[in-house]
Amino acid sequence: MADARETESRVAPPEPEPELGPELLHGAPVTTARGQRVAHPGRDQLVDLVRTLRGEGWIACLDVTAVDHLKNLGDRPRPEGVRPERFEVVVVLLSHRERARLRLVVQVPEDDPVLPSLFAVHPGTEAAEREVFDMFGIRFDGHPDLTRILMPEDWIGHPLRKDFAVGRIPVEFKATADAR
Amino acid sequence: MSTLESRSRLTDEGAQEMTDRPVEGGVEVLRELGAVLRMSEADAQAAAGSETTDGETTIINMGPQHPSTHGVLRLMLELDGETVLRTKPVIGYLHTGMEKTGEQLTYLQGPTNATRMDYASPLFTELVFSMATEALLGVEVPPRAVWIRMLMTEINRISSHLLFLATNGMDLGAVSMMLYGWREREETLRFLEKVTGLRMNHNYIRPGGVAADLPDGWRDDVLRLMDMLPPRLEEYDILMTGQPIWRERLQGVGVITTEEAIALGATGPILRSTGYAWDLRRDMPYLAYDQVDFDVVVGTYGDCFDRYAIRLNEVRESIRIILQILDRMPPGDYRLQDKKVTPPPRARIDESMEALIHHFKIFTEGFKVPEGDVYVAIESPRGELGCYLVSDGSSKPYRMRIRGPSFFNLQCLPHMMRGGLIADAVAVISSVDPIMGEVDR
Repeated sequence: MADARETESRVAPPEPEPELGPELLHGAPVTTARGQRVAHPGRDQLVDLVRTLRGEGWIACLDVTAVDHLKNLGDRPRPEGVRPERFEVVVVLLSHRERARLRLVVQVPEDDPVLPSLFAVHPGTEAAEREVFDMFGIRFDGHPDLTRILMPEDWIGHPLRKDFAVGRIPVEFKATADAR
Repeated sequence: MSTLESRSRLTDEGAQEMTDRPVEGGVEVLRELGAVLRMSEADAQAAAGSETTDGETTIINMGPQHPSTHGVLRLMLELDGETVLRTKPVIGYLHTGMEKTGEQLTYLQGPTNATRMDYASPLFTELVFSMATEALLGVEVPPRAVWIRMLMTEINRISSHLLFLATNGMDLGAVSMMLYGWREREETLRFLEKVTGLRMNHNYIRPGGVAADLPDGWRDDVLRLMDMLPPRLEEYDILMTGQPIWRERLQGVGVITTEEAIALGATGPILRSTGYAWDLRRDMPYLAYDQVDFDVVVGTYGDCFDRYAIRLNEVRESIRIILQILDRMPPGDYRLQDKKVTPPPRARIDESMEALIHHFKIFTEGFKVPEGDVYVAIESPRGELGCYLVSDGSSKPYRMRIRGPSFFNLQCLPHMMRGGLIADAVAVISSVDPIMGEVDR
């Protein structure tokens, strides 16, 4: 008897792209990804937006990280008016009052990887921005101490970039003459 | 405050004035106090060689091989006599590129990697990675898997807090507490070993559910554990909580305010010690935490003693949660029965060609995850543990980011230490309870 439980896959297909309607958050288009709100401010808007949002109750900045979209440039679904660039810096905000999270996604071009620092608004981003600088080479204007944080100070390159190769240790198997 | 102000004139920041500030001005406080030492290695080395005269400050180095720095944390401390002025935490000694490694492993292999980040509470990193993967897949795990996850993570929370109590005691010279803490932690690890096969780095919680059902007799084992712990916690209270030396050593040391903690991104016991009741289990419930009854433990003064007492009492709350889980553990599948995500039951492989193929496919190339990105967060023993996953539609994460709470909590150190004695630095580090595996990843 065939086991009914293993017949059909329940993996949901990717949600249809949400209506890119007129919803704007202080001028930044807002989309929904897997039920989570994502705003897409421009580089110049970012600090002002975060400062305005802090006044509205988004008082905690929990994370600043980045994604290198070298391998899927261009074909990412982004709201109208937002040009996909190689780097995306992701800022996670939390409102204790609304019990909600908000993600800000900023496009950062490859030839000019600079972003204004959020340190003046949320000093807790200091270490996170240092890590983004260390791992992706994105510089933050106005950061008090933009140095490498995880890698050694004399390290060359930015490891989480997609064009930074994964380390490899040659392994010799006695049984096989040729390396695979 | 007056001594602090007079001392701050001795630093190279010049005289500083306090100004009126709005309620949410924790940010301004941080900037004015300037507790963070921002100095390069070269400058520090140059300063180390020079003779100091009266009125000058000394820069000393603590760690990374210091027994009280919880692994490989290193601090650069600027001292005036025995008073700490500015501090710079230096991290990265345990960096092994786990986020990069995560991009090379399939989603099924992911927990093997993630579990090695926070080695004191490995099940939480597995859980957050699995929950993020499930959110990308859009699948719901069966109720039994949800409750098993709750049971296991709460037991892991107990073991992590016991480890804190042990090391906190050791750092402050209460060596008997260290032995008791390790002893009780070993009992909880024994249960985790019985269920998962390993004392740590379990790789037990996986996308789609958990790796195996609870073994026979698990209920008795948990009950025995829950019977054993409360009287031991009472012993800790007698040994530590009410003891004058212990209180003298911790009360009023390493104080931080709510505004500062939020501005610095601190979460977990550090934020709660300032009197701010924020616990993701209660405020933004995940798993089935909205169906169990427990209290969020908060402190008042934001000092080292509050952080100690919060963790001790959180063990009691975890015991409360676990006893409710024992009553309500539902029957059913311990993992999703979905041929595309979880391997088929072992027995099916013998009789079904299709099941064998699926088994092979899942373990060789993994399952494909729809494109998209998601941020999922849970309350680990140290605070908000977040996972930001980006999928490009393949069977490996395009980007895996783990937001380790210790990474952000460490930023509180300079502000907690400022104006305190160098001897209290050890108490402050210990009370933050950093796990360097999670800080450096």
